[in-house]
Amino acid sequence: MDSITVLMTSPMSDYLETQLKDRFNLVKLWTYSSKTDFFKHNSHSIRAVVGNTKIGADAELIDSLPELEIVSSYSVGLDKIDLRKCQEKGIRVTNTPDVLTDDVADVAMGLMLAVTRRVCECDRFVRRGLWPKGDFRLTNKFSGMQVGIVGLGRIGSAIATRAEAFGCPISYYSRSEKPETNYKYFSNIIDLAVNCQILVVACALTEETHHIINCEVIDALGPEGILINIGRGSHIDEPELVSALLEGRLGGAGLDVYENEPEVPEQLFGLENVVLMPHVGSDTVETTDAMADLVIKNLEAHFLKKPLLTPVV
Amino acid sequence: MASDQATTPPPPPPEIQSHDLPKVILLHPPPVFKYFKDHFSKKFHLLKAWESPLPLHEFLTNHAHSIQAMLCSGTGPSISADILRLLPSLRLVVTTSAGLNHIDLTECRNRGISIANAGEVFSEDVADLAVGLLIDVFRKISASDRYVRHGLWATKGDYPLGSKLGGKRIGIVGLGSIGFQVAKRLEAFGCNISYNSRKRKDLVSYPFYTNVCELAANSDVLIICCGLTEQTRHMINREVLLAMGKEGIVVNIGRGAIIHEKELVQCLVQGEIGGAGLDVFENEPNVPKELFELDNVVLAPHMAVFTTESFKDLCDLMIGNLEAFFSKKPLLSPVMNE
Repeated sequence: MDSITVLMTSPMSDYLETQLKDRFNLVKLWTYSSKTDFFKHNSHSIRAVVGNTKIGADAELIDSLPELEIVSSYSVGLDKIDLRKCQEKGIRVTNTPDVLTDDVADVAMGLMLAVTRRVCECDRFVRRGLWPKGDFRLTNKFSGMQVGIVGLGRIGSAIATRAEAFGCPISYYSRSEKPETNYKYFSNIIDLAVNCQILVVACALTEETHHIINCEVIDALGPEGILINIGRGSHIDEPELVSALLEGRLGGAGLDVYENEPEVPEQLFGLENVVLMPHVGSDTVETTDAMADLVIKNLEAHFLKKPLLTPVV
Repeated sequence: MASDQATTPPPPPPEIQSHDLPKVILLHPPPVFKYFKDHFSKKFHLLKAWESPLPLHEFLTNHAHSIQAMLCSGTGPSISADILRLLPSLRLVVTTSAGLNHIDLTECRNRGISIANAGEVFSEDVADLAVGLLIDVFRKISASDRYVRHGLWATKGDYPLGSKLGGKRIGIVGLGSIGFQVAKRLEAFGCNISYNSRKRKDLVSYPFYTNVCELAANSDVLIICCGLTEQTRHMINREVLLAMGKEGIVVNIGRGAIIHEKELVQCLVQGEIGGAGLDVFENEPNVPKELFELDNVVLAPHMAVFTTESFKDLCDLMIGNLEAFFSKKPLLSPVMNE
């Protein structure tokens, strides 16, 4: 298949790059000095795009690639892909669900524990040589805290299973109720926020869920409440979150995603009730390889005219 | 009537009242005192050895002859045979810890002194911290938080990959109350649990290994949840650590001295094991400085039980044990000192 030209949008994985180079004619978007330069050389040959959470396939890119047949995303999130345009043009879209569910849920739990039990703060306390001066203070107990999940999909459910092992009562807000679970359903997010101590954002980013965590939700969660975001930065009104944390209107936050990555609001750097991770939810050796394998398998299936493994469109 | 009210004497000042309260000796203020001292002093007359200008042995000789009950903790002087000898009337030692390594258990047994400890009051909190430290090491939470706070994400790019927790083999050293809570939590993450303990636990289905080296050879992670005794001192040494292999990770929420600290530090510095999450150390509050250079190590200041809920529960339990003793009722959390 090395006559088939595939575009990789950003340097997302060395392993994936090697696998693509071995099988296809690989074009790397980031090696071109300008968009015009890139389009001049490649528009008519590219039949597949491999995108990720940084650069996907927006309308402009899709429109400029007349031979595009498939977008295979190295992510489960689809917010960087113009799905409507793909549908209109009959372009297939695949993503990487399931293989990264556990890792993202693990980070959500890690953030919950790190914020409530102040693990990172403790590590700083020891490294700064403060322990000989006196004991650390008391934190809140994590086990048994009420956990509210926004979006009870694959990742949300995996978080619920883990939190249950700590005796945490689970409640959720989702597009539809899931009666097969024993968790408490709230039909609106404010009620969920009022009734939980830790609120976890685990839903997909769409027009409806943009800034779903706004001033009202943050106030409902309150000065003892903790917000965890392993979804997308734009789920949260970020300036509102920052001022709530600085003013003590929110108890704490554990964040893996931000509105304008890799920019992180510097006002958060001095806060002890916040844990900041650089969008590493699925970043383990095992999972990134599994995601890459899934991208390759989907591309191969498409070009061999076999059923796609994880189609979205 | 009015004149009676006018001549009613005021209540006696607190110092006189306290002498009617049962006496309890303390050699050192337990951490729980910082927050709940008044709860104790309302119910007991506390003899606080550290407030006396006298050296400890003199204080005990002069003041503690008739004392029947002691409240101690893992911090402060050990409750040694020497000390027990100076407390001839002592019948009960209540410790605010789950651990008993600071008490001469043989001497207590010989003298017929009962012991009560913290029971299971903070098993969940300790298990939570063990899991928190483990996820931190696997997914580099503290290290990547440092990276972000130093502004490096924008300048240096993406952070290095971590390691998946699911499917990893967890070896629990000591499947007591804490070890069991750790196992229960990690099962939900898709981990495989096995253990080594003084005795096999028949009601548990996890694979049992008779010695800790064999456990390590079959594990990706060791979580130290046992007590410190003569048998377990330095039990986790270089041989055990290396048996896990280069990616091996150790988490210690038991006692620092269960691990041979010098050998652990050497293994970590030389990259012979994958990382460590440590809440306890051999010589607290001193922590080997070499560990401060490492990103694959997460350090905590012996705070696994430091939650408001645990301290309140602990306070209630300690008072409950002392009250039970003084009213000749069964202790709430007695230790079977065989």
